[in-house]
Amino acid sequence: MFDKRVYGSLIVMILTVYAIRVLPFLIFRKEIKNKWVRSFLHYVPYVTLAVMTFPAILTAASSVWAGGAALVTGIAVALLGGDLFVVAISTCVAVFLTEMVIL
Amino acid sequence: MDVRLFLKGSRDGIPIAMGYLAVAFTLGIAAGNINMDALQSFFMSFGMLASAGEYAAILLIGSAAGVIEMIATTFIINLRYFLMSCSLSQKLEPGVPMWKRLLLAWFVTDELFGISSAVEGYLDPVYTYGAAVVSVAGWCLGTVLGVVAGDVLPVRLASAMNVALYGMFLAIIIPPARKSRFMAILVAVSMAASFVFANAPVVSEISEGFRIIILTVLIAGAAAFIRPIEEEG
Repeated sequence: MFDKRVYGSLIVMILTVYAIRVLPFLIFRKEIKNKWVRSFLHYVPYVTLAVMTFPAILTAASSVWAGGAALVTGIAVALLGGDLFVVAISTCVAVFLTEMVIL
Repeated sequence: MDVRLFLKGSRDGIPIAMGYLAVAFTLGIAAGNINMDALQSFFMSFGMLASAGEYAAILLIGSAAGVIEMIATTFIINLRYFLMSCSLSQKLEPGVPMWKRLLLAWFVTDELFGISSAVEGYLDPVYTYGAAVVSVAGWCLGTVLGVVAGDVLPVRLASAMNVALYGMFLAIIIPPARKSRFMAILVAVSMAASFVFANAPVVSEISEGFRIIILTVLIAGAAAFIRPIEEEG
């Protein structure tokens, strides 16, 4: 069924999200010279990802224990030099095994 | 185009796609609950590429919200992408053509931003495109599956896949923290502050999207004062 209202709403929201994402690329076409701004933008990813990971990882699985196991395993495998793929899969395995033991 | 770089991106996109499949699946169920069909849900997921943003979109459509409310809510919930795009815009070589930047902007999700930031030196957007092709496919497929078959994915498998996204974040933030004491402190402080904001009275009332923005601005801002980065050529 083609519902005009649903598609109209979706188009409005899709354009809004894209505007947020694209504006910085239109504004900052050249490299920013200001040292503080450059440093700030350099640190942004690490802070954002750390904030998003903890404590959210604890509640991402069906139990806190499984989430905690994922956190510890992920940090350990990353410290041992595992790449993106390996670390991500290791956290999944940790959750799967932990849930198998406790459920 | 650098095919090898595209393929490397595609490989790194696999864990993202797995996590996306699980997250988008629950989104699809929510979309199905307000009678959105598979095509509408696909259109939403392909266009928005945003988890919290799409949950909000489903709620807004379900409650027949007005246009102003839709724009305002979508703007606030997705504002963190603004910061991420600012950061990525500075990771591109000055000569990167505009169309490549406009396409890259489409793919600024938490995860694709994360792996793109982790690249050494300048980012060649081809890497992000490679990761995007795989992960966006997982995102859209998950949404459609959630609509048409809300109960095919075993809960335990979904729960395990859900965690893949956080595993990726750890893979990005832990190695620099091992190399530099300052980065280790930065990551630890960020996590501790995030924990406090998620649980303390008053601040935990703030929506998750805004908590991320506030903490990022405060902590990354302070870090830039304490330890300005050395110019890397």
